[in-house]
Amino acid sequence: MIVADRKPFDEIMNMIAPYRRILLLGCNECVTVCAVGGTKETALLALQIRIKRQAEGHTADIGEKTLERQCDPEFADTLAGSLEDYDAVLSLACGCGVQFISETFPGVPVLPAVNTRFMGVTEKAGVWAERCQGCGDCILDRTRGICPVARCAKSIMNGPCGGSHGGVCEVNDSLPCAWQLIIDRLKARGEFDTYNEIEKPRDWSTSRDGGPRKRTREDMTL
Amino acid sequence: MTPAGNLERVLTRGHFAVTAECGPPRGADPDAIRRKGDLLKGHVDAANVTDNQTAVVRMSSMASCLILKDMGLDPVLQMTVRDRNRIALQSDVLGASALGIRNILCLTGDHQSFGDHPGAKNVHDIDSVQLIDTLRTMRDEGKFLSGQEIKGRPGIFIGCVENPFADPFEIRALRLAKKVRAGAQFVQTQCVFNIEKFTRWMEMVRDIGTHEKAYILAGVTPMKSPGMARYMKNSVPGMDVPDHLIERMGSVPKEKYRDEGIAICLETIDAVRNIEGIAGIHIMAIEWEDIVPEIVKQADLIPRP
Repeated sequence: MIVADRKPFDEIMNMIAPYRRILLLGCNECVTVCAVGGTKETALLALQIRIKRQAEGHTADIGEKTLERQCDPEFADTLAGSLEDYDAVLSLACGCGVQFISETFPGVPVLPAVNTRFMGVTEKAGVWAERCQGCGDCILDRTRGICPVARCAKSIMNGPCGGSHGGVCEVNDSLPCAWQLIIDRLKARGEFDTYNEIEKPRDWSTSRDGGPRKRTREDMTL
Repeated sequence: MTPAGNLERVLTRGHFAVTAECGPPRGADPDAIRRKGDLLKGHVDAANVTDNQTAVVRMSSMASCLILKDMGLDPVLQMTVRDRNRIALQSDVLGASALGIRNILCLTGDHQSFGDHPGAKNVHDIDSVQLIDTLRTMRDEGKFLSGQEIKGRPGIFIGCVENPFADPFEIRALRLAKKVRAGAQFVQTQCVFNIEKFTRWMEMVRDIGTHEKAYILAGVTPMKSPGMARYMKNSVPGMDVPDHLIERMGSVPKEKYRDEGIAICLETIDAVRNIEGIAGIHIMAIEWEDIVPEIVKQADLIPRP
């Protein structure tokens, strides 16, 4: 899933300052799972904004709505006709959702209420961690299910670097060293010999380095 | 064929080599590097210039190396993969060779979060093993990483580093072997304080025969104070400073810290010299380059060949 953090409240208040009537728009996908932008969080932020605006002596015309997905025309289009009552949309979706609502309704300012962080997993209740950078050329078969591109701070393909200590990364003691994990798994599977293979430089053109990416399936296009 | 540089000559003739690190200034004054060059000249076979070490902006390694070369020293250009992609790295290899810089040391580089620009974007297009392989291919096969032909191959002596004190310990000799297979001809290790662990690492290196395929220079660092010893142990990634050395540094009066640090360094040099497969030492006197001549003299490594 895509994991996000809510922006600091003061930053949100500054961002919405020029607008009186605001629709808070949640998303029922990733940001709901990582508890930052679903129906519940949208209601909570709407309440905070109303209280703050009223305390400052302003009227608070704050609407709430949550779409199934903000990144999909099937659901984004359902907003048609309902945005006339608002001066701006404050989206609690990831950057994809914010942009897609904005391109669907170019006349309305669409503002981000969250900072989109990474593609990751729920490690345990309340803890999410990065696992994939979408490099476009998956090597998880060779690295035994642990991605050095996303999980090594230096994306080393022939690791670990000299900063690995006690199983953790030099950058932060809360980060496991991806290469320690890979080596532990190679050993557990009796495949430690493969450590001696030298991994060649990657072709990053499939990654973001090749420019913004697009996927088209001709058989599905209308 | 490009004639060999001094470091390569010293090592291939079987002399015990001495190199030292020369940190470039955080400014544009060429005299800052010349002063360090003056201190080192005649006492070392080659001088390394770090590449924005600890991710702090300094004068470029390439420019500093050229200043040292003009002074008659044999510079070692340190090259990290943190800040440059394969295009810039290969371009710098050609430039270094054109300037007569013969030695290139390939490193990953400290993460930018440690430095003075923690908000910088890092590169890591290729890693240090791949950089070594790229340099070897450029020199021996006359090809860029793209496979395209180089007109005028670079003449370079390829070096790498290894940290015997990082984890997992069991792969530290194997990782060095990978670097040597990729093309590394000399190795400069992380600072040795834990001699017992270093000795065990060298046993593993000898077991796989890597000491016969590359010249291994043991890194040594004189400590200035118990505070520095503690700082290196606790705050510098990949450093292993045993507690007994920290205690020893603290057991002498303040005015003797310097002497004690030098004494420990000389004992370390003596110990590593006796380890089979050690071809030299690399002195990293961090912001204390003026002590290098004294260490080299006291270690009885003067005159240089």
